[in-house]
Amino acid sequence: MTTLLKETLKHSSIYMPTPARITAVKDLTALEKLFTIELPSGFSLNHRPGQFVQISVLGVGEAPISISSSPSRSNGSFEVCVRRVGSVTNAMHALKPGAMLGLRGPFGRGFPVERFRGKDILFVPGGLGLAPLRSLINEVLDERGKYGRVIILYGTRSPSEILFRDEIAQWQQRTDIEFHMTVDRADESWTGNVGVVTTLFPKVQIHPRNMVAVVVGPPVMYRFVLMELLGKGIAEGNIWFSFERHMKCGVGKCGHCQMHHIYTCQDGPSFSYAEIKHLEEAL
Amino acid sequence: MSFKIMPKAALPDWVTWLKNRYRVVGPTARQGQYVFAEIASPDELVLDYPTSVLPPKKYLLPQRETLFTFDAQSMQMKANIEWEPTVILGVHTCDMHAIRLLDKVHATGYTDQHYQAHRQHTTLVSIECLSPCMEQSFCKSMGTLTVPEDYDLHLTDLGDSYGVDVGSEKGEALLQGFTAIWDPTSEDYQRINKVMAEKWPRFSYRLNFDVTELPDLLALSNNSSLWNELGDICLGCGQCTKVCPTCYCFDVRDEVDLSLTKGQRTRTWDSCQIDRFATVAGGHNFRSTRALRNRHRFMRKGKYHLEAYGLIGCVGCGRCAAACLVHITPVDTFNELYRRHKKGEILEEAKQA
Repeated sequence: MTTLLKETLKHSSIYMPTPARITAVKDLTALEKLFTIELPSGFSLNHRPGQFVQISVLGVGEAPISISSSPSRSNGSFEVCVRRVGSVTNAMHALKPGAMLGLRGPFGRGFPVERFRGKDILFVPGGLGLAPLRSLINEVLDERGKYGRVIILYGTRSPSEILFRDEIAQWQQRTDIEFHMTVDRADESWTGNVGVVTTLFPKVQIHPRNMVAVVVGPPVMYRFVLMELLGKGIAEGNIWFSFERHMKCGVGKCGHCQMHHIYTCQDGPSFSYAEIKHLEEAL
Repeated sequence: MSFKIMPKAALPDWVTWLKNRYRVVGPTARQGQYVFAEIASPDELVLDYPTSVLPPKKYLLPQRETLFTFDAQSMQMKANIEWEPTVILGVHTCDMHAIRLLDKVHATGYTDQHYQAHRQHTTLVSIECLSPCMEQSFCKSMGTLTVPEDYDLHLTDLGDSYGVDVGSEKGEALLQGFTAIWDPTSEDYQRINKVMAEKWPRFSYRLNFDVTELPDLLALSNNSSLWNELGDICLGCGQCTKVCPTCYCFDVRDEVDLSLTKGQRTRTWDSCQIDRFATVAGGHNFRSTRALRNRHRFMRKGKYHLEAYGLIGCVGCGRCAAACLVHITPVDTFNELYRRHKKGEILEEAKQA
């Protein structure tokens, strides 16, 4: 159990958040900002890549947000990348360093990192999907020796939507990562690949027997990437997704994130294809 | 635990006795219908009632509940765990099964302390259903025509008296110091056996198959065209889920006062039948049609809850059928799936999908 989660569970209501301070806000794109959130003194998040926190702007509401920093780099603080789409995220975008938020969690089941060790890892982030995947990518890169090949195929709709440009520049420099990027629609600044993320697959050699694929992106992307991965022979249990669902509680009660008998907030949001392939509402 | 007899003539005194110690809630007549409400005077209580508009669930999961209050400026928060010692009288056996499911849901994984507080301070007095309550109910088919073992007290109408089964210490506490009850005679036992034996033929099975087949039937029916047919007529009003004793989904909102800093976070009943229930931030709706939403509701009742909690999610009360403006009913839905299954249509549609 994590220290923040312990604090959440100490409250007489599971729905009551713990106050935490924003220490930095960085613009990533016109729609997305990266928030550094400092936990109360002595606390650690101790999360798993793929988990999320419920973030409150008191008076506006609460929303589930994926944790974007890796556990290996979270020392009393963590990062979330927030797209401005609803009332809570709009309110967050108006906040400056020093402002307070409410936190609950981390909730959900993250990616089973131990099971990925010793294997090649193919990351396929699409759009905002890079935000949660960055947590896992940096975890893997910080313990690079424990993994086989690391391949990242990143797609966004346009060059203006590319997230974490500084980090991507570093990834591109590294010789121990195979990094490829594409945009659906190019502009004059773009000289790279144009097309959906699946157009990057011919650029890499895939040896399916020892490969784990982790795919996070918009719902429309999953089916196409899945066909590609299954076509390459990657085992169903080695293909991992993270699902976005509406969540009001984060603790398996409010019903919004339910697919079949599963609560995405508790049983997910990360699932292997083997776990969800029989659930029609999953993909 | 024990079994007692209470003469019906003593009921008003007992209710008055309870009212001095608890908030007493029970079925009362309102404008030609019955609703669970606080009993102001014993003569308001109608224990022989067909069914209530809303289930007694509303005392465990209020329609609107404050989760905590806050001051957004100082970040001060205070949890709001409300409870009032309450006795709910006259709970039908189907609603007792529903409460059993709600108990399980709210204790599984993270405990919902708000529900727990209401539940722990509520004493349930159930009543044996001796005749069918309304046309749409199908409790006999769903296996909910007998009371589950979670009752505190369970009443059986024996004509001029009630047989009182004591199921818990909480139930026993409702009788402590109340003197107008006595131990049953052998005639009382004979009478209760007779009443119980005579009740069953009055109820009919309404499903055309055994309920144990329902989860498998639903599993096969994912791609049935029936869901589209229901989706075509469903108004998406959510009434079915509002009256359901096993529905517990909720929405959460912040409400602020005029200072714009002080306020409360509240939860209210929500419905998976409302169009935006499963919409995510980017606008994608995972259950975008009424057909899919109907399928989800019936799957949840007949299959998913069983898988997640080991208890069936539909207790056959018939409230959703009575409330539906376009006459979508669980009995007709399940029976129609079964008919199509027998004709081979369900398997055919599954193969084509």
